Amino acid sequence: MATTVPEPPVIKPQPYMPSPGKDGGGGSAGFHGGGELRAVSDRSPEPARTGIWVALAAIAMAFAALTSALIVRQGSGNDWQHILIPRILYLNSAVLVLSSVTLEWARKRVASYSRGEGATRSEAMQWLGATLALGLIFVAGQYLAWVQLRSEGLYLATNPNSSFFYVLTAVHAIHVLGGLGGLVRVMYLLSSPVPVLRKSTMDSTSYYWHFMGMLWIYLLFVVWLKL
Amino acid sequence: MGKFFAVTVAIIAILSAIPIVMNYWGPPADISTHGAAIDDQLHETMWEAGVSFLAAQLVLALFVWQFAGRGRNDKLKNFPGGAKWLVIAAFLFVGTEILALGVIGQKAWATVYFAAPDKDAVTVQAQAGQFAFYFRYPGPDGKFGTPRPDKIDEGNQNFFGLDPENDVASRDDIVAGELAVPVNRQVNLLMHSKDVGHSFYVRELRIQQDFVPGLDLAVHFTATKTGQYEIVCTQLCGLGHYNMKAYLNVLSQEDFDKWLKDKSAQ
Amino acid sequence: MSEAAAHHGPPQGFIRKYVFSLDHKIIGLQYYGLALVAVFVGMFLSWLMRFHLVWPNAAIPGLQLLSKVGAPGGLITPEYYLSLLTMHGTLMVFFVLTNAPFAAFGNYFLPIQIGAEDMAFPRFNMMSFWTTFVAFVVLLAAFVVPDGPPISGWTAYAPLSAIGKDAGPGLDMGQNLWGISIAIFCIASLLGSLNFIATTLDLRAKGMTLMRMPLSTWAWFVTSCIALLAFAVLLPACLLLVLDRVAGTSFFVPAGLVVSDHLQPHSGGSPLLWQHLFWFFGHPEVYIAILPAMGIVSHILINSMRKPLLSHKVVIGSMMAIGFLSYMVWGHHMFLSGMNPFSALVFSFPTLMITIPATVLTLIWLGSLYGSRLQITAASLFALGFISMFVSGGVSGFFLAQPSIDIYLHATYFVVGHFHLVMGVAAIFGVFAGTYFWMPKMTGRMMNETLGKIHFWLSFVGAYCIFMPFHYLGLAGNVRRYSSFVDDFMAPLMPVHKFITIAALCTGAAQLIFLYNLIHSRFWGPPAPVNPWNATSLEWTVPSPPPWNNFGGVHPVVYHDPYQYSVEGAKEDFIMQNSPEQVKTTVRS
Repeated sequence: MATTVPEPPVIKPQPYMPSPGKDGGGGSAGFHGGGELRAVSDRSPEPARTGIWVALAAIAMAFAALTSALIVRQGSGNDWQHILIPRILYLNSAVLVLSSVTLEWARKRVASYSRGEGATRSEAMQWLGATLALGLIFVAGQYLAWVQLRSEGLYLATNPNSSFFYVLTAVHAIHVLGGLGGLVRVMYLLSSPVPVLRKSTMDSTSYYWHFMGMLWIYLLFVVWLKL
Repeated sequence: MGKFFAVTVAIIAILSAIPIVMNYWGPPADISTHGAAIDDQLHETMWEAGVSFLAAQLVLALFVWQFAGRGRNDKLKNFPGGAKWLVIAAFLFVGTEILALGVIGQKAWATVYFAAPDKDAVTVQAQAGQFAFYFRYPGPDGKFGTPRPDKIDEGNQNFFGLDPENDVASRDDIVAGELAVPVNRQVNLLMHSKDVGHSFYVRELRIQQDFVPGLDLAVHFTATKTGQYEIVCTQLCGLGHYNMKAYLNVLSQEDFDKWLKDKSAQ
Repeated sequence: MSEAAAHHGPPQGFIRKYVFSLDHKIIGLQYYGLALVAVFVGMFLSWLMRFHLVWPNAAIPGLQLLSKVGAPGGLITPEYYLSLLTMHGTLMVFFVLTNAPFAAFGNYFLPIQIGAEDMAFPRFNMMSFWTTFVAFVVLLAAFVVPDGPPISGWTAYAPLSAIGKDAGPGLDMGQNLWGISIAIFCIASLLGSLNFIATTLDLRAKGMTLMRMPLSTWAWFVTSCIALLAFAVLLPACLLLVLDRVAGTSFFVPAGLVVSDHLQPHSGGSPLLWQHLFWFFGHPEVYIAILPAMGIVSHILINSMRKPLLSHKVVIGSMMAIGFLSYMVWGHHMFLSGMNPFSALVFSFPTLMITIPATVLTLIWLGSLYGSRLQITAASLFALGFISMFVSGGVSGFFLAQPSIDIYLHATYFVVGHFHLVMGVAAIFGVFAGTYFWMPKMTGRMMNETLGKIHFWLSFVGAYCIFMPFHYLGLAGNVRRYSSFVDDFMAPLMPVHKFITIAALCTGAAQLIFLYNLIHSRFWGPPAPVNPWNATSLEWTVPSPPPWNNFGGVHPVVYHDPYQYSVEGAKEDFIMQNSPEQVKTTVRS
């Protein structure tokens, strides 16, 4: 393969240093890491910013497909039996909404910390940790909801309503776990001795998390209305 | 090389058109009342599509013949009118085609699917299963017995799952492996699938309709010519799909009545 | 989210360089290699099917090694024919037509053409390929499980595909593997599309405005937007299908089905739901295959004609219109499926409408040929062949878009001829054109032009010999997906089938010339210069093959529209996109 490959250029890691951001609002582009070949000032926004919206569009489309499947399925058979949704779901919803709030607080503190405006790293970490904990509580709560349904004799294949309940909540929970992974990554990046957390990473992780919250509220509505 | 390409494309285009123009392998003669409209539609589309096909291929051949291999010193020319007129031409040409075929041609579809069946139509139930068709006539009482999937027993010839002991309506139902219909009388075919998806296709009748499990559909037609025609399955239904067929027997009214009588005597 | 492009340094070691590489170019080559394996497997399966159709009693020696049950003594059973059919369709549609024109060439050239050093998310990119690879392995595993590959076709219509082993051979483990493989493939394609979109929007070099992107890049971009939404629907559909199969749910299986004398324990599901979900993906999938080929062919034709197309904007607009309309037409696969007959008319209209942008594109290509300085190369021959095939396959779509005609032609060989020409052959011709055009850049070696031209003539004539007669068979009412023609009216059509089989065997064999050319030139071809075709876009400004970071650490700056050919007063007859040379252009794009 190597006929005319020149020597790759040597990359000099750039030291961490805050630089003025162009995208106003809560923070700056100051916390990107070293070795950034792409740090050309007249460039478009960082790909993570676009990427997250694209990913959310795909996720929204997948849930739209599941929703329309639900509506078609409801109309196709005479076996649609409403199930009483477990009360714990309302508690879970509150937990998830609260986690979005704590994440916003965390994001403010991360921004403030990276600009050197007072907030400390451990403060930011605490709020991120709180969000993570709430997220885990949500997933555990969802699991309890399944346990409750099972104790009522409603399994995945019992009737279409229970099938859709398990599918919708499970697919959502998998996405929430993905978001938790993102949070862990943010915390890892923030905690390294030289902070390498980029603003775009922080932002896209939080957009994703808020979307999971909104998606859950939507799903809860669908489940409450249809199942 | 360019000229060779041009000639090849032109020859392929013309050779491709010959079997169509000579009608070597066209559809068989239509035996239904609604089929003529479909044939007209097919014929018209064939003209428009055929002309578009030949025109595009021959223009491609012509331009490649003319302009391949021209060097740096040959003058570049732009297509007269440029992109604008081509876009307008596409909209006008294709738009007209859509109007001519798409809108006017819906009539052929409408006669098959939008019209309600006649009141005096012969009602037959067709059931498709892996890998055979069965047909059921309501018998003298004019009522079908209710089929029960749990009663289906192919070993005892109970293909529809009838329950004559408890279900009075099913006692005189006539079940056959062929579809006999009277000529020039409308037939309303109720379609039911026993297992997976199948399809009912009779070329001469210009009828094709899927059997959808769990969804009973109906299609109606009037055959205008007596004779025997093949019914084949056109929806992939498993290993015996290729061999899933039955016969459509279009009989005169007297023959049909006699056939019914013979069948119910069995 | 992963880091921005080129956050990774130069790759170290064989594994990092060629196996788990983050480099979009290596990943592109990996996709190309995977598609190449898949296309030869798929073609081999089609040989077996064609052979069995016309010589059902002739044993194929050694075939029993592939499947003892499916081909005892080398004779293909009817159910094994359907297994081959399913695998042929699945391999070709997913692993060839989605991978080769879109993922392979797109990965390699999209970043270079917009002046980026890598994809936006190199790790996702690597994951995307390896996930595809896993999907491929899972699919091929169906060949070795006891009951063999599924027999439900590449469309896997429920409930045949959803019931399990009662419904027939291959519908047990084989069908599970199919569903899982396609679900994995969806994830891979979603990652890939995400990458393409973010890269195109965010990583363009200075001066590379959207309208200055080459048409191939535009095609990949539009395709990735289509793929993102299409695969996002197929993924949950596959999930529900697999659940119906393994968990006993009833999404697609209605109540009261008696299969193999067993009353199935399902209730209330909707077979049409699967068809809707599948075709909502399935129709855009056609454009996922054909749009990149349109872009590649435009890119190559412009270079060979030494003049831009009549209108850059109209071509882009047409591609976008096709992408948009592709979401409104899925129901035309279901005219006779038992859905509401009024919706057939609703779906028919946009289907006919989609002919308009397709016609505009064809007229633009033809009109641009007029007055050009067309150079005949293997690449341009395949590009011209693409136009011819696209027209031939396209006009037959006009029949199938009309519900009333579909009553007669649905599920006949007319449909087979239509989609093979327009989606299969045309897209593959785009891939061949791209290969002859870009392989010098990808491998650093020129391909053999003479062999390339011989390959073209055999493929072009051969493809017409195979697929044109399919239309005649369809008009005669020959039904598709039959392993043999026992029906009275189909038996007389056997001579046509024989002709097709012989043509298919010959045309398939001719592809070995291509394979030889590809492998031979890769190792022993003459070294490729930087810009062998005197082309203008950015991929021709970097060495062949390009270094790991494409532009050697320099950020290219773009000054021109992509296709500045035959510019009066320029030093040469073309101006590269990154050349600061300013000339008053006479040929406007």
